[in-house]
Amino acid sequence: MPVVELDGVDFGYLQGQRVLSGVDLRVGEGEFVAIAGPNGGGKTTLLRLALGLERPTRGRALLFDEPAHRSSKRACIGYLAQRSQIRLHAPATVRDVVEAGRAPLRLLGRLSREDRRAVDEAIERVGLSHLATRPMRRLSGGQQQRAFIAKALASRPRLLVLDEPTTGVDVEAQEALGDLLRRLHEDLGVTILYVSHEFGAVEAFVERLVLVRERIVFDGPPSELPGMWHDPSHAHA
Amino acid sequence: MLDLEFMRLAFGAGAVVGVLAPTVGFFLVQREMSLIGDGIGHVAFAGVAAGYLLGISPVWTALGAALLGAAVIEWLRARRRTAGDQALAIVFYTGIAGGVVLVSAAGALNANLFAYLFGSILTVSRSDLAVIAVLGLCALLLIVVLLRGLFAVSLDEEGARVAGLPVAWLNGVVAMLAALTVGVSMRIVGILLIAALMVLPVVAAQRVAWSLRSTIGIAVAAGLGSALAGLTISYYADLPPGGTIVLTATGLYLVASLASWLRVRP
Repeated sequence: MPVVELDGVDFGYLQGQRVLSGVDLRVGEGEFVAIAGPNGGGKTTLLRLALGLERPTRGRALLFDEPAHRSSKRACIGYLAQRSQIRLHAPATVRDVVEAGRAPLRLLGRLSREDRRAVDEAIERVGLSHLATRPMRRLSGGQQQRAFIAKALASRPRLLVLDEPTTGVDVEAQEALGDLLRRLHEDLGVTILYVSHEFGAVEAFVERLVLVRERIVFDGPPSELPGMWHDPSHAHA
Repeated sequence: MLDLEFMRLAFGAGAVVGVLAPTVGFFLVQREMSLIGDGIGHVAFAGVAAGYLLGISPVWTALGAALLGAAVIEWLRARRRTAGDQALAIVFYTGIAGGVVLVSAAGALNANLFAYLFGSILTVSRSDLAVIAVLGLCALLLIVVLLRGLFAVSLDEEGARVAGLPVAWLNGVVAMLAALTVGVSMRIVGILLIAALMVLPVVAAQRVAWSLRSTIGIAVAAGLGSALAGLTISYYADLPPGGTIVLTATGLYLVASLASWLRVRP
């Protein structure tokens, strides 16, 4: 059963506008897929369609074999939003943030022993156990990003989705992030969708690269990527 | 001071408001909707005026108007028909204009109206206190029950939506709680100043807190302290309670900012 399936999808935010057209994409269980392309090329829109946050104007989007916009398996998704969408006005600690990742499994009441175990495990996986009670504001950009990945892992997801995870993170932290994702993929067998305008951090071990520019212009292993597209932020038609 | 029944009633109502307003305010500040209380307060003003015009208790018409205003703001914001601040502005200006027209039509520009706008320690009756206590406790209980979901949405709304949390419903609950807080607080703080008691204690707490829960705890302590100290000052200095409570909260914010600055100073 594919985790994500887009069949002949067209989409525009306004009538007559075409952000994506004729998109076909199947992502199977356990795959590590990087979705790249230039800014404005439609990769974030493709992600929103795959997650059911937008509905195709033509074609169909399935998530875990159900129409994506009314999928009953949303709690199986760990999602790392773009940093600009995460609000850290209050001094949340790493543990506060990761605990929020358990809410989709049980909305009401206090944290159970199982919740606490999952939170501890997720924090440990990203190597932040020693910083669990530290306010997020006092962490580096790379450490904050690892805390948000721990939040995404706290629900023990089958699908991990990362939207522009390297934005605002220095090169060293990008490499650490890539290493972390490789380990998570190997250890947990989780399906990973990695959306970015560049994929340098995961290029060495990602199995499949999808380049988006209104339509899918390349879909295969990075080693087969034509030279002219090697910098996908400037993908040519 | 506490020998006087009206002061005991005012302190009882002040204690409920001092705890409830910052607790609800935490989720407004975190969602960058600090001014929603102001918008709802101005709609409640139209509700007070409608109460005068229709000969119904202004408390209930104000509460009804506040709930309606909160629903409209959240509806506009959630459907992204307008940006959050524009949704607020539309409701804000409509509320104040409607209030002025209705008050004028009812011929009610008098001292009673000012008690609703800026609060009064003389106006809380036993039945008012009973209503304030019941509504306030229900609101706090609802927050405790939904705390995990409210935290998750206030931190990362998009992530919560992807993971299947009922984001629209939880946002609606926060808007309704803000309206309820305005309704509950109008006797003591006044509908034009209650928004400040939702925001200032939370912003003060953010300066010195170390986690989400400590932020709420410190904000509640600051809100309660501001309400009780403000009422005391109001009694001895013969000042309107709304203004003294809010100025006390401003003082606590300045103290918290100073403490924060001293802590991070090299």
